[in-house]
Amino acid sequence: MNALGQSLLNFWRSSIGKKLIVAVTGIILVGFLLAHMAGNLLIFQGRESMNDYAYFLHHFLHGVGIWLFRIVLLGAFILHIVTTIALVRQNRGARSEKYACEATVKASLSSKIMIWSGLTVLGFVIFHIFHFTIRVDPDLAGMKDPGDPSRHDVYGMVIAGFQNPLVVLFYIIAVTLLCSHLRHGIASLFQTLGLRSEKTRVAIQYAGIAIAIILWLGFLSIPTLITFGAIEDNGEAGKHSSTTFVIDPPKC
Amino acid sequence: MNLTLKVWRQAHADDTGSIETYPAENIPEEASFLEMLDIVNERIIEDGGDPIHFDHDCREGICGMCSLTINGVPHSKETGITTCQVHMRKFRDGDTIWVEPFRARAFPIVKDLITDRSAFDRIVAAGGYISVRTGAAPDANATPVPKIDADAAFDAAACIGCGACVAACKNASAMLFVGAKATHLNKLPQGEPEKDKRVLGMVRQMDAEGFGNCTNQYECEGVCPKEISADVIAKLNRDYAAAAGREAVE
Repeated sequence: MNALGQSLLNFWRSSIGKKLIVAVTGIILVGFLLAHMAGNLLIFQGRESMNDYAYFLHHFLHGVGIWLFRIVLLGAFILHIVTTIALVRQNRGARSEKYACEATVKASLSSKIMIWSGLTVLGFVIFHIFHFTIRVDPDLAGMKDPGDPSRHDVYGMVIAGFQNPLVVLFYIIAVTLLCSHLRHGIASLFQTLGLRSEKTRVAIQYAGIAIAIILWLGFLSIPTLITFGAIEDNGEAGKHSSTTFVIDPPKC
Repeated sequence: MNLTLKVWRQAHADDTGSIETYPAENIPEEASFLEMLDIVNERIIEDGGDPIHFDHDCREGICGMCSLTINGVPHSKETGITTCQVHMRKFRDGDTIWVEPFRARAFPIVKDLITDRSAFDRIVAAGGYISVRTGAAPDANATPVPKIDADAAFDAAACIGCGACVAACKNASAMLFVGAKATHLNKLPQGEPEKDKRVLGMVRQMDAEGFGNCTNQYECEGVCPKEISADVIAKLNRDYAAAAGREAVE
């Protein structure tokens, strides 16, 4: 092996090298989540905005863009998990004997459940891809935009997809655990990248909490409002007109 | 004070070990924790038993020799002190106290509560030094050091190498120790020239010793008797990333 290869191997073998990989792939995944949430919120703009956005994503760079994006995202996701598994295996080996009396002095709850929140998110991502990306349900897969039947009706699909309370419940649990994962993960990645100091410590802590809360509110607003009937699919095409907000108008 | 002790007893390194129960009766509350163990040991010896073995030396919180995980927390739940500085007045009459060794694969148990912490010595030998001949003590201000750097280096140098950080970490990570030892030299002009070599060497030795990986729970910071901040871990991460990058291309 040449010198560069040896250096890279040393980097992978080192604890800090692996943690840097988890941190950098974490940044990619958090970036994706923020973009995904922003895209999802277009549902409040109505059918046309949502379906335009979906059409753009699928036809960006003549359809190549979304695949490049998916490959990078999938690569980051797999690397994040594989590296974490390698780290966890080492950690379990490093502390094979447990204390008879276990206690912690400052570990946060979210840091203690990282593995469970991470595994739940993994299960949810697989479900979510089958649900809304691959669309194994023929009823969801066959939905057409009333304004342009040549394209898929993502807007109608999301509303139809969240009619099942079990799906909504799983979504709420998974997104809540995802945000717990991020509350610890975002602050941790700053630490791993060496950006935490006396000056930045508090800001980093709050950044992790703030991003987690923003994502939690953004992602959960959609299934919650659909469940309570605040967003309905009236089957009409066109911008804004397709969204019916059935919340009572304010009484003046 | 009358107390009940639940103590880890292990005859030798290869023994499986177990928790044994001992009464600790008529303990003066002004006794230190180690003095309480001395009293219990005297009674065990009088009864013809094998006394509880534990590490200790200066008994004033500066040597880093005493250890013990007390009720699940290294050096007890009292902050900023070592086990030898814990006093029995911090407990209540009738308490049951769990006393266990510092647990980590890299700190093998020698006997009872005594662990072999020489892995730390090998990490320091892998880079925790300045290799130039220093000669006689230089004039105080011959090498100017900014106050902020001197303070940061001094804070890191407060590490007494007791190993509580490893014992508190669920992954038995030594990052706080290595971060402190690397930072206290890396922050100073005398240590700066060998920074990359030091960080790469110490981190590789840390990994080779079988310590786990930091998951940023900062339990280490919470139990450190010298209250060293986990910021030294961030600095170690940054210095390691830079050193590994330079090693790859130079």
